[in-house]
Amino acid sequence: MKTSPGLETDFMDNLPAPRIDRREFLKLGGGVFILFSVGDFSTFTEAQQSQRGLPTDFNAFLRIGEDGRVSCYTGKIEMGQGVNTSLAQMIADELDVQLDVVDMVMGDTDLCPYDRGTFGSQTTRSFGQALRAAGAEAKRVLVELASEQLKLSVETLGTENGSVFDKSNRNNRVPYARLTQGKRIERHLSQAAIRKMPSEFRVMNKPVNRRDAEDKVTGKARYSADIQLPGMLYARILRPPAHGAKLTGVDLSRARKINDVVVIQEGDFVAVLHQYPDVAEQAFSAIQATFSTPPSVVNDTTIFDHLLSVAGPGQVVSKEGDLPTGERASKSVIERTYRDGYKAHAPMEPHTAVANLEGSKMTVWASTQTPFPLKDEIVRGLGFSPENVRIITPYLGGGFGGKSRNLQAVEAARLAKLTGKPVQVAWTRQEEFFHDAFRPAAIVKIRSGITGNGSIAFWDYSVYFAGQRGSQHFYTIPHYSTRSFEAEPGKSGHPFATGPWRAPANNTNTFARESQIDIMAAEAGCDPLEFRLQHLPEGNIKSVLKAAGEKFGWKPAKGPSGRGYGIACGTDAGTFVATIAEVTVDKRTGDVRVQRVVCAQDMGLVINPSGATIQMEGCIMMGLGYALKEDVRFKNGEILNENFDTYEIPRFSWLPKIETVLMDNKGADPQGGGEPAIITMGGAIANAIFDAIGARVFQLPMTPERIKEALAKK
Amino acid sequence: METIRFTLNNKPVTLTTEKDRLLLWVLRTDLALTGTKYGCGAGLCGSCTVLVDKKAVRSCHTTIGDIKGKEVLTIEGLATEGVLHPVQKAFVDHDALQCGYCTPGMILTACSLLHENPHPSSADIIRELDANLCRCGAHKRILEAVQSASKELKGGF
Repeated sequence: MKTSPGLETDFMDNLPAPRIDRREFLKLGGGVFILFSVGDFSTFTEAQQSQRGLPTDFNAFLRIGEDGRVSCYTGKIEMGQGVNTSLAQMIADELDVQLDVVDMVMGDTDLCPYDRGTFGSQTTRSFGQALRAAGAEAKRVLVELASEQLKLSVETLGTENGSVFDKSNRNNRVPYARLTQGKRIERHLSQAAIRKMPSEFRVMNKPVNRRDAEDKVTGKARYSADIQLPGMLYARILRPPAHGAKLTGVDLSRARKINDVVVIQEGDFVAVLHQYPDVAEQAFSAIQATFSTPPSVVNDTTIFDHLLSVAGPGQVVSKEGDLPTGERASKSVIERTYRDGYKAHAPMEPHTAVANLEGSKMTVWASTQTPFPLKDEIVRGLGFSPENVRIITPYLGGGFGGKSRNLQAVEAARLAKLTGKPVQVAWTRQEEFFHDAFRPAAIVKIRSGITGNGSIAFWDYSVYFAGQRGSQHFYTIPHYSTRSFEAEPGKSGHPFATGPWRAPANNTNTFARESQIDIMAAEAGCDPLEFRLQHLPEGNIKSVLKAAGEKFGWKPAKGPSGRGYGIACGTDAGTFVATIAEVTVDKRTGDVRVQRVVCAQDMGLVINPSGATIQMEGCIMMGLGYALKEDVRFKNGEILNENFDTYEIPRFSWLPKIETVLMDNKGADPQGGGEPAIITMGGAIANAIFDAIGARVFQLPMTPERIKEALAKK
Repeated sequence: METIRFTLNNKPVTLTTEKDRLLLWVLRTDLALTGTKYGCGAGLCGSCTVLVDKKAVRSCHTTIGDIKGKEVLTIEGLATEGVLHPVQKAFVDHDALQCGYCTPGMILTACSLLHENPHPSSADIIRELDANLCRCGAHKRILEAVQSASKELKGGF
């Protein structure tokens, strides 16, 4: 299998550099500090030169305080994915402390060193591994301190439950808290720090319940909208009715008549604010505005032809052999085009921020996946110096990639600066749909051939506008080419913003690839699981496919078998996944019911098997939406989905029987868990629909209309 | 302006305000109870669910005038003296949440169901919760948590 390390983060690669103000760092008091770095050090050094005076030699640290509590300061954030729990497990295990003495301090730009953001399933596999090493290093320092205090050699000492003990006399022990008292010891993580072996794990690789659950079931958990400051104003901001529309006139006289309403107008930025959100809403309704909207021929039907017409020359992602040779060896050639519409992130918590300007210091609480890039945006956009902007990240009510963009927080800071009051900007659901950076509409064209003995002879794959992640196949094919196309420079592709959506590009690519593989299996008269296994080298994908097949109780049959079973497999964020779906299709209405989903995943070492399983279940449930219903509708720049009545997301009545298998591979490094299991949902369901009714849908979502259309063409 | 009296989380409350203000905003701002969440503003997602006389209602579609003289329970009032309600406990034990934003609405909708129907079938639970949206996909565990809470409560909600 070909992999290229750059593929996982196909966005936000050019972010600015790490930093923490050492003065802030020094304020933290005593204890043992382990400073460490995650990421590409060359960019750190470059940044160091451009940001003199700010240490850039670490981007996270661990502190064992004088009270024995252990704190991890990281720019990562908690949005439901459970890293608040799994990162704490890693620290507790490597340091030999109880889980409940570990505090996670996350996403606060004054307290935590620089982090690019929480995306790309990087938290465990990149950050977590460095964190574990930092924990191991901290333990080594503590043992050295104990060795001085107890006058015993390091080799004679052991650690457990927050204490160092004498192996020859277990009662002779000293708690970490006593070792750190009155000291301030800073150590940079040496590359040599040794992490525990799986056989030594006490906390890792064991299921642990979420640490934030109690706060979340009692209403104590604070999200950005729950930050309420004295004198705070709630803002409503005037929005254009369509993307590309320009404000041509605005009458604010009626809004101004409402008691205590603050009206702001700065060019085409118009906002009304009030201490009550409902009064701000009334004032908002009283604004009379006119806009001019340029005509646009692009809509949700014409978008695919439009995108193909502006596509540039493309780039080769991978290539081997010679396509014409493969074509000559083919008995049949299959050429298909797959389409995928725009998808909204639709987190339950819309983008929200509270901004407070005190003197020259701007503090912003924001629902953001990227607190540090947000800080830079406010510094640059509103003319603050870096030390005068602080971003605090409370809990996020979901992110899925959508909260990597922070317009709402810049708006809140701008309004706090203009009004001199604390300001909350909480987008309405309509604003959330309008300003979302959607998962891009995309097209995949595949031409592939199969030999007389049923093996894949060639594979010519072109993906347009989705991105490269997941575009490379992993099957044994002698002649192949994979190309990726974006808009030609100077031409506009998407009519509005697009951005990363849970496993960016991979959902589209896996849907197309796994549909085409199924078509070839049927062409070869072969069972689709058997066909895949025949074309896979020994390795992780083959193992997860077999595991999924076993769990499902797969009995080989040539498709379409009428049973409604569909398979798809893929890889994302270093993790391997195979999914089998069982569907029933009402041929009269075109309605699809997913009855059962079995998913097997190999993610290397699993830090929290319970958390990882929840993420798989969440991926399966969320994946039903893009596969069957979710589609952003638009015309003339207007987004026609304004709320959950016109943008339907999965609900309880869709819930299939979900069964998950986590492969035991604890000897391998941990890999991503928040995204992989969603990538196979489109392909598995498409293949199951074909298996049920003998007709195939080539466009996501596979709506009843499209299914009836496919049946009519059969 | 009108003086409106009601019971909130088992305590009497008197407010002088416009009677057509939405309960959601009065709870979140005037009363600083932020456990009740805004999700859609149109009664389509259930994040703002509270109990009024033990029945689940959408506070984004309920005015403060509508609850005059009634008993309102928000997520903050469900645990008594720091002890989690069995439904809350079941959500914790089953890890029946991820981002947690829909959780207060899910729990209170489940409470409303269990009050009406102490022994719901799985189909009953799905029907009752179907209009409560969860984007993280915690549905399987929420269903399991409600089933387990109903067993724990043994009809004695």
